[in-house]
Amino acid sequence: VRAETDITRSVAVAVPAVRRRSVRWTDVGAYLVMVVLFAFFAAPFLWLLEQSVNPVSSVSLTMPRHFSLENFTTIFRSGLATTPFVNSLILSLGTMALTVVVSALAAYPLSRYRIPWRRSFLLTILFMTGLPITSLIVPMYDLFVFLGLINTQIGVILVMSATSLPIGIWILRNFLETVPVELEEAAWVDGATPFVSFVRILLPLAAPGIGVVATLTFLGAWSNFYVPFILLETQGEMPATVTIYSFFSQYGNVLYGQLAAFSLLYSLPTVVLYFISRRSFGQSLTLGGVKG
Amino acid sequence: MSVLAQRQRVRTWMFLSPSVALLLVFMVGPVIWAIYIAFTNLALTGPTALHPQFVGVGNFVTTFHDVLFYNSALASLEYLVGSGLVGQVILGLILALLMQSPRRRFKGVLATIVVAAWVVPEIVVAFLWYAFLGYPHGLANVFLILLGVPPVQWLYSAPMVAIIVANTWRGTGFSMLSLSAAIGSISPDLFEAAAIDGASAWQRFWRIVLPLIKNTLATNLLLITLWTLSDFTLVFVLTGGGPGFATDILPIYIYQKAFTFYELGYGTAISLLLLAIGAILSLLYLRVLRVEI
Repeated sequence: VRAETDITRSVAVAVPAVRRRSVRWTDVGAYLVMVVLFAFFAAPFLWLLEQSVNPVSSVSLTMPRHFSLENFTTIFRSGLATTPFVNSLILSLGTMALTVVVSALAAYPLSRYRIPWRRSFLLTILFMTGLPITSLIVPMYDLFVFLGLINTQIGVILVMSATSLPIGIWILRNFLETVPVELEEAAWVDGATPFVSFVRILLPLAAPGIGVVATLTFLGAWSNFYVPFILLETQGEMPATVTIYSFFSQYGNVLYGQLAAFSLLYSLPTVVLYFISRRSFGQSLTLGGVKG
Repeated sequence: MSVLAQRQRVRTWMFLSPSVALLLVFMVGPVIWAIYIAFTNLALTGPTALHPQFVGVGNFVTTFHDVLFYNSALASLEYLVGSGLVGQVILGLILALLMQSPRRRFKGVLATIVVAAWVVPEIVVAFLWYAFLGYPHGLANVFLILLGVPPVQWLYSAPMVAIIVANTWRGTGFSMLSLSAAIGSISPDLFEAAAIDGASAWQRFWRIVLPLIKNTLATNLLLITLWTLSDFTLVFVLTGGGPGFATDILPIYIYQKAFTFYELGYGTAISLLLLAIGAILSLLYLRVLRVEI
C-alpha cells in the first residue's frame, strides 16, 4: 500500500499543475474539432434514415408525423427492389467466387515454385492494381459488342473479376508466403499430390487471406455502378445500383421515401459486412494487403 | 531439364492459366482494342459503326484543338487537387492524429461514421448529397437559414465546390485508416524523448510524425490520385458534368463523347490519354512501395 502512495505522490510531484491545465485545453480543442467533424460526416445520413420511415415524401428534413415501414414494404410488394437485389447478388457472388478461385490458383505457384519471371510477373500484377480501369469502359463496350457479351450478366462478372484479380492474387500470394512449406512436404511424404495438399492444407491455413479477398471483391462488385451501367441494357438484368440511379432520375422528388428505403437496404450489407470482417481481418482489409 | 523441373513448369501453367487468360482478355484486351479504335473514326451508329476507317493520329490531333477537352482536363485537376489531395489527405491526417489519444472515448463513434461514409456504395453517396444540398430545404440549406443566411442552389452556383466536398466526405475514411495505422506504429519512446527535450506538439508533428509516415503518405496520395482521376459515378449523378461543362471531368467527357455523341473512336483516344497518365502514376506507385518480392 505504501509503495502505491509513494508512486502517486511522485507522479503528482512530477506533473506540474500548469501542464495539466494546458493538456486539458488541448483536449477541449480536440473535442470541439471532433464534434464538428462528426456533425459533417453524420448529417448527410440523417435525411436517408428519416425519409425511409416517413410515409410523406419530401426533400426536406422533417420529423416524421408517424413512424412507418410502408416504404420498405412497398418497394418489395411492387417488385421494384426484388429483381435488382437478386441481380446484385448474382453479380457480386459470381464475381467473388470466380475471383477467389482463380486468384488462389495463381497465388500457389507464385509463392511456392521457383519461376524465373516471378518477380516481373508480380510487379506487373501490382502495376495493374493501380491502373484506372474505368477509363477503359468505352473500348470495353465495343469489345463486348464484338464478342457478343454485351447485355449479359456473365460478361459483367468476367469484367469485374478481371479487374479485382490483380489485388486478389497479390493478397493471397502474400498470405501463402507466410504458410511454412514443411506442412505441405509432410503431406507429400504421405503421398498427397500438390493439388490435394493445396486444397487440404494450404487453403485452410490461408483462410484469413481468402476472407479478405472475398470481402473486398464482394464489396467492390456490390457497389459497382459504372460497369453494369455501361455493359447491361435490359432493365430485368440490372443490379440495384443501376436501378437506384434510373429510379432517381425518373421519379426524383415524387418517391423519395421509397428511394431512401431502397438505398438504405442496399447499403446495409456493405456496412455490416465491412465492420464484421474488419473485426476478424483487421488492417489487411483496409490496405488490401499492400504494405506501404 | 530434369523431369521434376518440367513437371513443376507444367503445374505452374495449370495453376496460372485461368488468371492469365482472364487478365489477357479483359484487361490487356481492352487496352489493345483501345489502341486500335483510337486510330479510327468508329461511331456507335451510322455507316462508320460497321466499317470504321483508319484516321491515323487524327483523333489525337483533334484532342489538342478541342476546347472542351482542355476544360475537362482542368475540371479533373481541380477535382483531384480539391477533393483528393487537399480534402481527403488533410482531413484524413487530422482525423488520424485525433485518433491517437487513448482518452477520447468519442473517437470510436467518429471513426465509425467516417468509415461508414467510405464503405457506403457510391451511388447512395451521390443520392445522399443530392438531397443534403437540395434547394431550398436540404439539410445544408436548413442550417444556413438557421444562421440567417439565404439558401444556396449549391449544384448550380457552386457545382465544383459541391462535388469536391461530397468526394472529400466519401473518401476521407481510407486516408484516416491508413494514416492512423502508420502513426500508431511509431514507437512511443520517440514522443517521450521529444517531450523530455521540451518539443512542442507542433514540433513533434513536423519532426517525428511526418518524416516517419512519409512513405504511407506518398502511397496514400498516389492511390487517391488514381481513384479520383477515374472516378465517374459521384459527379455523373450529382451534376452530370454540368451546369454547362463546369464539372465535366474527363471520365464524364469520355462517356458523353462515346455514348451521347456516338464518337467511340474519339472517346477512346481520350481514354488512352487518361490511361497513360494512370500508368505513369501506377509506375510511380511501384517505386514508392519499394516492395520486396
